[in-house]
Amino acid sequence: MAVVDYQTEQQPAEIAREDVNINDFAIIVATPNGSGSQTANNTILRACFNMGIPVTGKNLFPSNIKGLPTWYSIRLSKDGYQARRHKRDVLVAMNPASFGDDLQSLEPGGICLYPDDSRQELSRSDVTYFPMPVKELVKNSGVDASLRDYIANMVYVGVLAHLLGIEVAEIESALNKHFKGKQKAIASNMNVVNAAVAWAAANITTQSPFRVERMDKTKGMIMLDGNAAGALGSVFGGVSFVAWYPITPSTSLVDALNDYLPELRINKETNKPTYAVVQAEDELAAIGMIIGAGWAGARSMTATSGPGLSLMAEFTGLAYFTEVPCVVWDVMRMGPSTGMPTRTGQTDLISAYFLSHGDTQHVCLLPSSIKECFEFGWRSFDLAERLQTIVFVLSDLDLGMNQWISEPFEYPTEPMDRGKVLDADALTAVGDWGRYRDVDGDGIPYRTLPGTNHPKAAYFTRGSGHNQDAKYTERSDEWVANLDRLARKFETARTIVPTPITVNEENATIGILSYGSNDPAIIEALDRLREANINAAYQRVRALPFTKEVGEFVAKYERIYVVDNNYNGQMAQLLRMEYPELAGRIIAVASCDGLPLTARWVTESVQKGEA
Amino acid sequence: MATTKATPKPKINLLGFEQGEYKGAPSTLCPGCGHDSISSRIVSVCFELGVQPYQVAKFSGIGCSSKTPAYFLGRSHGFNSVHGRMPSVATGAIVTNRNLVGLAVSGDGDTGSIGMGQFKHLVRRNVPMVYIVENNGVYGLTKGQFSATADIGQKLKYAGLNELPPIDLCAEAIIGGATFVARSFAGDPRQVEALLKAALSHRGLAILDIISPCVTFNNHEDSTKSYAYGKEHEERLHDMTFIRAQEEITVDYEEGEAIPVKMHDGSTIVLKKLETDYDPTNRVAALSRLDAARENQEFITGLIYVKQDNNRTIHDLLHMDEQPLSHLSAEQLRPTKEALDSVLADLY
Ligand SMILES: Cc1ncc(C[n+]2csc(CCOP(=O)(O)OP(=O)(O)O)c2C)c(N)n1
Ligand code: SF4
Ligand SMILES: [Mg+2]
Repeated sequence: MAVVDYQTEQQPAEIAREDVNINDFAIIVATPNGSGSQTANNTILRACFNMGIPVTGKNLFPSNIKGLPTWYSIRLSKDGYQARRHKRDVLVAMNPASFGDDLQSLEPGGICLYPDDSRQELSRSDVTYFPMPVKELVKNSGVDASLRDYIANMVYVGVLAHLLGIEVAEIESALNKHFKGKQKAIASNMNVVNAAVAWAAANITTQSPFRVERMDKTKGMIMLDGNAAGALGSVFGGVSFVAWYPITPSTSLVDALNDYLPELRINKETNKPTYAVVQAEDELAAIGMIIGAGWAGARSMTATSGPGLSLMAEFTGLAYFTEVPCVVWDVMRMGPSTGMPTRTGQTDLISAYFLSHGDTQHVCLLPSSIKECFEFGWRSFDLAERLQTIVFVLSDLDLGMNQWISEPFEYPTEPMDRGKVLDADALTAVGDWGRYRDVDGDGIPYRTLPGTNHPKAAYFTRGSGHNQDAKYTERSDEWVANLDRLARKFETARTIVPTPITVNEENATIGILSYGSNDPAIIEALDRLREANINAAYQRVRALPFTKEVGEFVAKYERIYVVDNNYNGQMAQLLRMEYPELAGRIIAVASCDGLPLTARWVTESVQKGEA
Repeated sequence: MATTKATPKPKINLLGFEQGEYKGAPSTLCPGCGHDSISSRIVSVCFELGVQPYQVAKFSGIGCSSKTPAYFLGRSHGFNSVHGRMPSVATGAIVTNRNLVGLAVSGDGDTGSIGMGQFKHLVRRNVPMVYIVENNGVYGLTKGQFSATADIGQKLKYAGLNELPPIDLCAEAIIGGATFVARSFAGDPRQVEALLKAALSHRGLAILDIISPCVTFNNHEDSTKSYAYGKEHEERLHDMTFIRAQEEITVDYEEGEAIPVKMHDGSTIVLKKLETDYDPTNRVAALSRLDAARENQEFITGLIYVKQDNNRTIHDLLHMDEQPLSHLSAEQLRPTKEALDSVLADLY
């Protein structure tokens, strides 16, 4: 057992600069769930971000309100990599229950901060230990006893600030942002931070081999989670009706809508909202409501996760066949039902694509960054109304609930597309119309909204057999004609959904294809592979159905590694189905352990295949 | 030889529409089905009241009953949705366009079983529309299984004996907070029409539970949902007369013999007492009367409960603007670039 003996008032031993890791390490904070560490962790993250250091924060939390172990990992990367890192260099061990495992997970040479009263065995000798007098500092700070547990986390913020060199002024500015300027809260937190910094300066004699230093790599960048970005994008897409049922990890998307909408969508004259958010009784009702709303002319959406998606299956088919626009955000997590509700995974790709009964297939958008969450937030409505169909946006817990840095979002580049809607004047002009006629040859019919003042506006919407004039039919030829038109419409969708992004094609000998939140791990893996003399082109698919670029990419390389964060390699399966003649070149690289992918795993998987 | 019969001048209503313009496609239900007679009542009431058909939105779930919106008001939009979950579709549409006149038709299976949850929540949200349950105690469209409103001891050819207690949809509605609850009988057209008119004048959700015999599966001698049973056993709580806002009250009744109920739109329903002391504005009394009816196997009809004051509809509950969401312009829907910049400013 290593015993660390600190003498006071001694200068820390110098570590040669070349031995100091600057801005390229990972911090892991282990706390019991519900102990209020979120503020502390966000503060560290924000302060590093403010210092210009590329940084990402990931919350690994249990499905529990209080007590079970929780981890927050912060990765600093001078090179700007945003993926989860497999290594942990700095451990803040606030949770006695997970102390042993947490300590084992540290890299050799790592450092471990822990409350000095936590009688834990310091079983590793290749780690430097920093006990912190948490109780004492909190007690001395004079904060109300009821807040002590909560504010105790500020001790490690202060000690880390000292050890790593995080600027205290940036910590204060981070807290200012967190508490939206509420002075009292900022002051009581800063009190503890300052006390901890002072204590550390006076008592810690060992220098940390990990340091932060100011850079300018986050200048002009923003930091946000994907759910808030998706919500904001939806607001700028003109969402007017939201129905939902709470489920992790999608809840914070609706929370964000409830934050942004009152700010951005109030009728200035009447001071009343120009939107409605309805908390439904379940997901069956949530999707029913958005279908009714889309039918009546709203830009309607819901947000859910796997279990909710399953409940939405029947209605999804109705929306598909009645051709009602609406948007469903599925923030994916591990299944089944309750499953591992707080762990990430790209688990619903296939089920969303084909959701429901009766030959359905759907447009799915696959954002991979908060910037795309914003963009697909507004674009999904244009696609839904243009195509008159249900559109899915498949995000996941990692993208949705974690903090990412990004360039600022771009204001929608295209005017709103409300699709083919005939109003009373248009009806008078066309004279004759039928709800499901393919007038333009693109498979997309014209619709009217209920309440249109015109004798010819009405039509009867039904899921059951209908002909091109929306009349009841059980005739095979009429229904086949309808299915043929829906297939044509799907082909039209293929030409207007977001196209993939392809990079690194020069000198490439193999292809990597992926989507969604795997992107940062792959971007980083491309560099590692290049160092290992493997040149891989990378295509990131951004929507289903596949656009022609996807087929071209698959045809171009003899081996295509398809990276999925699910067990069955769902994207690989879809590709094999879509391009059976090329199926032999598709190699599934799939993992489903509840965690975001790492560059190391992607690199090694590809290397294994290339060996 | 051709004879020309003098055709009487077609009657037109306030809006200048003929009754024919309120009709729908020909029904495909079994001849004599109670549901068809309710459709006819809807047509004549909407014609008579001068309901603007272009503003009506019809909703239904799945079942023989739920097919009927295709058979009335052909000039109105309609949405035949999924089994039991029409309430959510209607909620979305009516919240989106508050100018719509919602007219929903469901069945006892659609509402009382698969849709019970949505029904109760519809009531709770007080979505302003008329909600008709065409109640035949049986699943018609799937050919004769018991529904949850079938009485104990009922027998069906397909399903045998029912030993489960029935669900009383009116009681469920009242408990759920409904503000207009009525029961009627498809074989009592006058009452159905009066109740429909009142329901259309109600501000909030109006529930009409109408016993509507299924002539194919549940119209036999010992059925409590048959025409014969209804004709013999119907006990009207009151005689109803609906008087439009503009009309003068000409029904004569003596003080204490009738209750005039003023509706939100200014119209009045005069409820002439048949049963002593039945007061449809008393919620607890309404529930006890329903319970007594259940206990004694009585078939009571009429306006069972009504509340006209302080009815907060879903539009009030959501504090919504008068302008329907469906009418918002692109400028109203999409905030400005400056608005985005100011949100982003907080994120740097
Ligand atoms: C999800 C689902 N389950 C089952 C059915 C089959 N189904 C169609 S109608 C019906 C019962 C209808 O009964 P009711 O609502 O009483 O209508 P009725 O035909 O008696 O008027 C059922 C079970 C369905 N359409 N959808
Ligand atoms: S089966 Fe019964 S409910 Fe259905 S149409 Fe025939 S009579 Fe009416
Ligand atoms: Mg029935």
